[in-house]
Amino acid sequence: MAERTFRVWRGDAEGGEFKDYAVELDRGMVVLDALHLIQAQHAGDLAVRWNCKAGKCGSCSMEINGRPRLSCMTRINEFGSDELITVRPIKTFPVLKDLVTDVSWNYDQNKRIKPFKPKKKDADGNYRMMQRDVERVQEFRKCIECYLCQNVCHVLRDQDRKDAFVGPRFMIRVASLEMHPLDVEDRVPETRDELGSGMCNITRCCTDVCPEHIQITDNGIIPMKERVVDRYYDPLLWLLRKITGSGKKKASIDSES
Amino acid sequence: MAQEIGGHSTSFASTGRVDRWWVEPLVTGAGFLCFVLYTTWAMFQASHYWSEAYLSPLYSPLFYIDQTAQGAAPLAHAWFGEWPRWWPAWLPPSPAIFILAGPLAFRMTCYYYRKFYYRSYFATPPACAVTSYPQKKYKGESALFLFQNIHRYTLYIAIGYIVILSYDAVMSFFKNGDIMHGEFGIGVGSLVLCVNVVLLSGYTFGCHAFRHLVGGRGDCFSCSAGKEHLGHKAWKQVSLLNARHMSWAWVSMIWVGFTDFYVRMVSMGVFTDYNTWD
Ligand code: SF4
Ligand code: SF4
Ligand code: FES
Ligand code: FES
Repeated sequence: MAERTFRVWRGDAEGGEFKDYAVELDRGMVVLDALHLIQAQHAGDLAVRWNCKAGKCGSCSMEINGRPRLSCMTRINEFGSDELITVRPIKTFPVLKDLVTDVSWNYDQNKRIKPFKPKKKDADGNYRMMQRDVERVQEFRKCIECYLCQNVCHVLRDQDRKDAFVGPRFMIRVASLEMHPLDVEDRVPETRDELGSGMCNITRCCTDVCPEHIQITDNGIIPMKERVVDRYYDPLLWLLRKITGSGKKKASIDSES
Repeated sequence: MAQEIGGHSTSFASTGRVDRWWVEPLVTGAGFLCFVLYTTWAMFQASHYWSEAYLSPLYSPLFYIDQTAQGAAPLAHAWFGEWPRWWPAWLPPSPAIFILAGPLAFRMTCYYYRKFYYRSYFATPPACAVTSYPQKKYKGESALFLFQNIHRYTLYIAIGYIVILSYDAVMSFFKNGDIMHGEFGIGVGSLVLCVNVVLLSGYTFGCHAFRHLVGGRGDCFSCSAGKEHLGHKAWKQVSLLNARHMSWAWVSMIWVGFTDFYVRMVSMGVFTDYNTWD
């Protein structure tokens, strides 16, 4: 295959610029391969984070021609043969160097979520659950923590409300615990008040960019918003709870369905 | 454009995307606007909403009927009878005025419509990885848009409409819409009305709030007895429709408009309705 030019942002938190690099490509190469060639041939100090080169570790997130992608899963032949390929670090998190950003804010969000709290074991000392009951939760377990969804979410990216919203990745993390058949913890109040479910306007960019094709909005955020409605915004359910005196605890809501 | 760290600009609508990202918000925004304009126009016509046995879905149910209007339904179809005298003269006596708010509220609070109009009309964001319209302190749906949480109540109304429009579809198989005495028959209009009910049902029963209410709200689909709850079966069916909710939303909306248009054209004598009665 022919030579191609890549425009790569080089710099750090102080500033930087785009630099063009031409490399000779082989068939079937991905953007990460090209970045490795650039490292080998032109810029040994180009910083790129990667690990698996198989779309499973979630390290190599960047913005390729403006689209948040995993660079190890973005094949070069999907671009036009004379299209310039521009590579930027993800926008939402602070740049450390070149294409590497500091995503540690995300780890802090995870710590804010109440951990798994299992119910009592069955009489024989075992836990039991059926496959159909955990399927919903398993979808969320596919997450590779690439943070592309966090990066594209306009609440964090453009509106700068990291103070008010944990972002889509952690909304599905809450969902995966809340919907777990063995879990008895109640996370609905903080979903609204601290984690910020109301900040999301379900414009679905998180779902659009997720490399694991997790239905973040349809299966995670919207169901969590509906649980918040159950608790706070449904006058009939509110009345029902007043009359029956139940509903404070999550278990009582579950037993109805 | 201010170039900032990482080569990203923070000004409104800036992006590194090189594709035509504006096509989708533009087309959906304009498409919905067309529908709103047509419906508003049709609502103010106050005439030609009935023909043969067909009632336009934009006019159903008929609370009152003004019999002097052209292309009006027979008085027997009115729930409350003759057009009221207290009706202000400046407002056309259109039965649609009473009922359009229901479906409108349902669609405006629908999770899919919200996605599209926040993108097309509010530019928050206009498209993915395209800079949002900047707000001082963005609040999403936690303040002004808190009313979106009434969606499940508009769903109950929408289900009521499905029942009413199903009745209208059955009625369209009887001459003059008279189920008791009218001659049974079938026309192109009957089929148009039936398809309308099918599409609206596909949209309504694929609703996210419905999916939550029928089963999604529980954490366990088979706990206690270990047997699959009925709710899980329902949830699975609704999930199938829900996965295509956007398509159902558009197709059903366009078909509602078309159904009104078809009935209107037949009523005005522009179209000939092929049926077994004539
Ligand atoms: S749907 Fe919500 S969480 Fe996902 S990107 Fe949009 S605003 Fe962010
Ligand atoms: S949900 Fe998807 S996009 Fe978000 S971090 Fe996980 S794998 Fe990445
Ligand atoms: S290198 Fe592991 S996901 Fe790309
Ligand atoms: S979510 Fe679209 S109709 Fe309820």
